[in-house]
Amino acid sequence: MLNFLARRIAQIVPTLFFVSVLIFSLQQLLPGDPALVMAGEERDPAVIEQIRQQYRLNQPIPVQYVYWLKGVLSGNFGESLRNKMPVRELIAQKLPVTLQLGSMAMLIALLIGIPAGIVSAVKRGTVWDYGANLFALWGISTPNFWLGIMLIFLFSIELGWLPASGYVPLTENWRASLAATIMPAFVLGNAISAVLMRHTRSAMLQVLESDYVRTARAKGLSERSVILKHAMRNALTPIITLGALELGTLLSGAVLTEQIFSIPGFGKLIVDAVFNRDYAVVQGVVLVTATVYITLNLVADVAYILVNPRLRGWTHDRCRPARCSHRAS
Amino acid sequence: MSPMRLALLASALLTSLVGAAQAQTTLRIGIAEDPDILDPSIGRTYVGRIVFSAFCDKLFDIDEKLNIVPQLALSHETSPDGKEMTIKLRPNVKFHDGEPLDAEAAKFSIERHMTLPTSFRKSELASVDHVEIVDPLTIKLVLKTPYSPLIAQLTDRSGMMVSPKAAKEAGDKFGLHPVCAGPYKFVERVQQDRMVFEKFADYWNKDNIHIDRVVFLPIVDATVRLANLKSGGLDLIERVLATDIKDVRADSRLVLSTAPELGYYGLTVNIRNDKAKGPLSQSAKVRQALDLSIDREALNQVVFNGEFTPGNQWVSPTHPYYQKAFPVHGRDVAKAKALLKEAGITSPVTVDYMIPKGAENEAVAQVIQSMAAEAGFDIKIRAVEFATTFKQAQAGEFQIFQINWSGRIDPDGNSYIFMRSKAPQNDGVYSNPEADKLMEDGRLTAKFDERKAIYEKLTGIVLNDLPIIYIYHRTLLIAHTTKLQGYKQMPDGLVRVVGLKFK
Repeated sequence: MLNFLARRIAQIVPTLFFVSVLIFSLQQLLPGDPALVMAGEERDPAVIEQIRQQYRLNQPIPVQYVYWLKGVLSGNFGESLRNKMPVRELIAQKLPVTLQLGSMAMLIALLIGIPAGIVSAVKRGTVWDYGANLFALWGISTPNFWLGIMLIFLFSIELGWLPASGYVPLTENWRASLAATIMPAFVLGNAISAVLMRHTRSAMLQVLESDYVRTARAKGLSERSVILKHAMRNALTPIITLGALELGTLLSGAVLTEQIFSIPGFGKLIVDAVFNRDYAVVQGVVLVTATVYITLNLVADVAYILVNPRLRGWTHDRCRPARCSHRAS
Repeated sequence: MSPMRLALLASALLTSLVGAAQAQTTLRIGIAEDPDILDPSIGRTYVGRIVFSAFCDKLFDIDEKLNIVPQLALSHETSPDGKEMTIKLRPNVKFHDGEPLDAEAAKFSIERHMTLPTSFRKSELASVDHVEIVDPLTIKLVLKTPYSPLIAQLTDRSGMMVSPKAAKEAGDKFGLHPVCAGPYKFVERVQQDRMVFEKFADYWNKDNIHIDRVVFLPIVDATVRLANLKSGGLDLIERVLATDIKDVRADSRLVLSTAPELGYYGLTVNIRNDKAKGPLSQSAKVRQALDLSIDREALNQVVFNGEFTPGNQWVSPTHPYYQKAFPVHGRDVAKAKALLKEAGITSPVTVDYMIPKGAENEAVAQVIQSMAAEAGFDIKIRAVEFATTFKQAQAGEFQIFQINWSGRIDPDGNSYIFMRSKAPQNDGVYSNPEADKLMEDGRLTAKFDERKAIYEKLTGIVLNDLPIIYIYHRTLLIAHTTKLQGYKQMPDGLVRVVGLKFK
């Protein structure tokens, strides 16, 4: 296990290096000139030149990269070209917001998706099954933007129960914080719950037809015990990986939702930074997102092993459990 | 009821009343974007100017009729040769950190705008040679050449005064904790979330400040901004969509406040930078034909429910510098076709028409496209992401570029940088020596009548050459709840908080 962990952690460094080179090269493909954008309405050539010099935009890309990498290695991500805030501070400000929103969304998705998937598999072919499938179809096909606006109209304007947008930190006032984040979290969680429901359903169906479930039933165990103790545990293993990857998606994929509800999180930060060609912010945010994503992947792999003891022996070879799941069946 | 209980009840009631009387009031303003940096020397965004007006007073301000009125200054006087401007400052004005606003501080602020390496005010104050202190409350701006738009510049960020002590300590990070001399002082800012300001007890005009706190909340989506206003989450929002006007007017709890904006919406035509050498760049007659094919009033009705103002000049018909000798003409397709014929054009004129992405921009472009088609133009609309349009415009990769200019008080700010030869935003590279001379004269002349005559001549030339085809002037649309009283919209679009109170 320790060996496996060490090897996986060692893989992270080259991956991040590769990601950083990629971000730097790709952003050069962005059309438009940050100096022009920053110069604002009156595009005075002297001002534009001044900006280029100040932020080394006139230097070759490899030189800019070396300066940036030096900074990052010493914990300095540079400062926003737009508002002079240190990128590190911006990230520290936004990350907790998105993490709160993301975990609430994930909780909602798990609470809806997994029970719905189990019920749908156990009661296959009944009204319950059709209902759950219909819900999943709705969840997948409803655009976040539309759902968000509808919720605002219903709960903020018509009923006046929840604030239409904005954010209050949990530490400041937890009630207000929950009230501000519940709608966006539901919008985000809704789509994921549909995905989780579909996967849980198919995994559960597969497990329910396996020999050991039949054996358990033959032994005369109660149906409840068969499903919750035997079937569910095995069905949930692939769901863990899926959940972790979806959590990663939440980090950067909350863009639209954060925009509608004016939640000052990571998604909003990166969208604004791209539109303003605020390169320093884009680089910092992408790097942090990549790090979080990779870490979540690692956590998922570890959790996978912990949940499914049969996989433990496999961590000694070079096979990544998530990819070798076929050997477990 | 026992006397004891009665007394308790009475005291509880009194406490709650006193509590209510002292309840803190907060004005929540929904703005359309997150501003850049809150340093008047470095700030560049329009939305930033809205936020500045809550905490950073200027030497001068404007009134509803675009007259320049004193704010931190008491008066100003320009020498007969136009090369010296003496400004008397208001006495007993303090910055938020308690420092006095005197001649020394004013000199420091103006010099900071002029010399801070990252300052964007340099070009606005380029005519100033140096600043002199005349007495503790009087400064003198000594100019290199007479420059009549200078006073208008001092009604904006160039005229904002900052605390020398705080500015020296913070350098170019001043905008993270700005210290000015306005009605509210800076408390905190969470990027993309909120900016909080608190009433400044020593404000020079404190008798007119009735609200304790002002919070600006950037909400990009106009529909969500309006939803917040309706649900009571906000008290005032800027940039209401023209299509939402009906909705706002129908709501008895909301008030719509409007003013004609200073800027314009126009089509910049690529004249000398057009690599394809299309007919538009080659002949003024073709541009005139396009101009004649557009029915501005119909466009206004179709896209903006008739709420905006059709226009044909760089200032709106309500502006003192509007040239009544050149009224907005009607549509004349026959004449447009005849002009194309005169220019020797037979086939449809293909035009590459660049617009910044956005529903309103696209709607305007489509209406113009269909109108122009009847006169013989085949317009190809190309919607480009906003930040990219700058680069393409500068590189000359367009034949028509539809732009929206937020506008300046002085007509020079709406014309010079777009049409003077080699000016920074002259993307179509228009150049006419006669027009150049008139634009220079406009800067040197201070008397209104003389200047107006100069701009009349310039208007004649521009309307013939048509380097920019002006289409309309937007109406600034601000909505607030009926609880908020005393709100007046100014043509610069800024939200002024002095005098506002809650019912």
